[in-house]
Amino acid sequence: MVAHSIFFYTFSLIAIISAIMVTVSKNTVHSVFFLILDFISISCLFIMIGAEFLGMIMLIVYVGAVAVLFLFVVMMLNVAQQKNQWFSARESSKHIPVGIIVSVIIFFELIIVIGGWKYKPDLVTAMSLTIDNDISNTHSIGYVLYTDYIHIFQLSGMILLVAMIGAIVLTFRQRSGVKRQSYFSQISREKSDGVEIIEVQQKKGVNVDD
Amino acid sequence: MLNYMNIIFLETYKIIFLLVPVLVAIAMIVWLDRRIWAFVQKRRGPNVVGPFGLLQSLADALKYLFKEIIIPSTSNKIIFILAPIITMTLALISWAVIPFSETYVLADINVGILYLFAVSSLGVYGIIMGGWASNSKYPFLGAIRSAAQMVSYEVSIGVIIINVLLCVGSLNLSDIVIAQKNVWFVIPLFPMFVIFFISALAETNRPPFDLPEAEAELVAGYQTEYSGMMYAMFWLGEYANILLMCAMGSILFLGGWLSPINIYPFTVIPGAIWLIFKILFLFILFALVKATVPRYRYDQLMKLGWKIFLPLSLLWVVFTSSYLVYFNKLPII
Repeated sequence: MVAHSIFFYTFSLIAIISAIMVTVSKNTVHSVFFLILDFISISCLFIMIGAEFLGMIMLIVYVGAVAVLFLFVVMMLNVAQQKNQWFSARESSKHIPVGIIVSVIIFFELIIVIGGWKYKPDLVTAMSLTIDNDISNTHSIGYVLYTDYIHIFQLSGMILLVAMIGAIVLTFRQRSGVKRQSYFSQISREKSDGVEIIEVQQKKGVNVDD
Repeated sequence: MLNYMNIIFLETYKIIFLLVPVLVAIAMIVWLDRRIWAFVQKRRGPNVVGPFGLLQSLADALKYLFKEIIIPSTSNKIIFILAPIITMTLALISWAVIPFSETYVLADINVGILYLFAVSSLGVYGIIMGGWASNSKYPFLGAIRSAAQMVSYEVSIGVIIINVLLCVGSLNLSDIVIAQKNVWFVIPLFPMFVIFFISALAETNRPPFDLPEAEAELVAGYQTEYSGMMYAMFWLGEYANILLMCAMGSILFLGGWLSPINIYPFTVIPGAIWLIFKILFLFILFALVKATVPRYRYDQLMKLGWKIFLPLSLLWVVFTSSYLVYFNKLPII
């Protein structure tokens, strides 16, 4: 149990510190790297409470794909040179009221969630499903996700699909004059339509532009 | 307290017993790669140091060790130093879950295949960090290319893994091997094996997909600014990843530690030997591809990944699952 708590506090400390560093660090690329560290330590925490499937999926989806794209955008935009001036800049002080509103809303949401969990514990046990300890949590997630919550699951898939199509439609531009490679026309090209053999008359030549 | 110390010592012993052979294997595999490459081109290859040149990699490592490490003055120093370390570490930690036989596996975790997939998808960070921190044109271009390439081919590898998992019904690597007791998955899922092999070539930046370090265009890609031991660490990490992809291929499709025919003289040979033979077989294929195939153009590479491999493997997922459901062969644990 001692080892367990040592690991727990190590990972949570790394998670909290790196989450703070994401907002504080001056270099944007460093922020993304701290974000990645945050994701990794949170997935370690997931694994520690026995949710190894969620932890690994978190690692694959967030760290392996989403954060790579973040890093891509940040590196390409070349914002690394602009120093992240935190409160000093007048530009960013305009956004402070919005930030305060958002954080107050999140704070009250957290109070509601934690309060409900603290003062009405029977609510959670009444809602949650019976846990079968014989099967791994990957199987149990599958059983729940594809039976009881199939509609919500499908709906979230549809939302993602719509978002994807929307992003493609917004950025799609029909460009003219793009030369594309077509394997079929390359392979199906015959000698007869590429080369023409002409008997060249002496001192008359051939008119090429025909 | 003594109990904890015991556990730590035992685990350390196990880890060393796994990692030292892996590192030696990497050194040998580098030699084998160069040797096969040379033979295909009618050269001799490294044959001077030691018997058949076997100690060539050792001599190279010694040379790298004594070279000066140059850190460019405009580079981002911490990330520059961190990049090869991350590449090397990620390439080595994934060996923890590889089952060498029914009993010899360091960590027999429930989600072994997801762990392998996650760690191999993290491998891109070493390259991006190295390319960005060098603060120079060629490494940056190489890193961007490499990241785009690895992210694209990971998608098709993931879908191929789903194909195998549909037939197994478990994410545990030992279960995946045991599920192939009757027939190796290379036979029912042969098209997926071919796509996996080609995607593995792209994922490990091997020729014909070695665009991140295309020497004719990008000097040496993301490794351009690296020297000495740091360059060697990138190099070792790359070969460790190649070996890992071969191991993954042999566990997913070639039956892992299982012997090819389940009769007397073959079953006596320990499983680890069979796994090593299978890894070597796949690696020789990798080396032969390197020696024979010309490099892809970048747009062709992307087209192959997104427009051919991804739809094909998704289609095969639909095919496999409908077959399993129709004939009521879905594995249920």
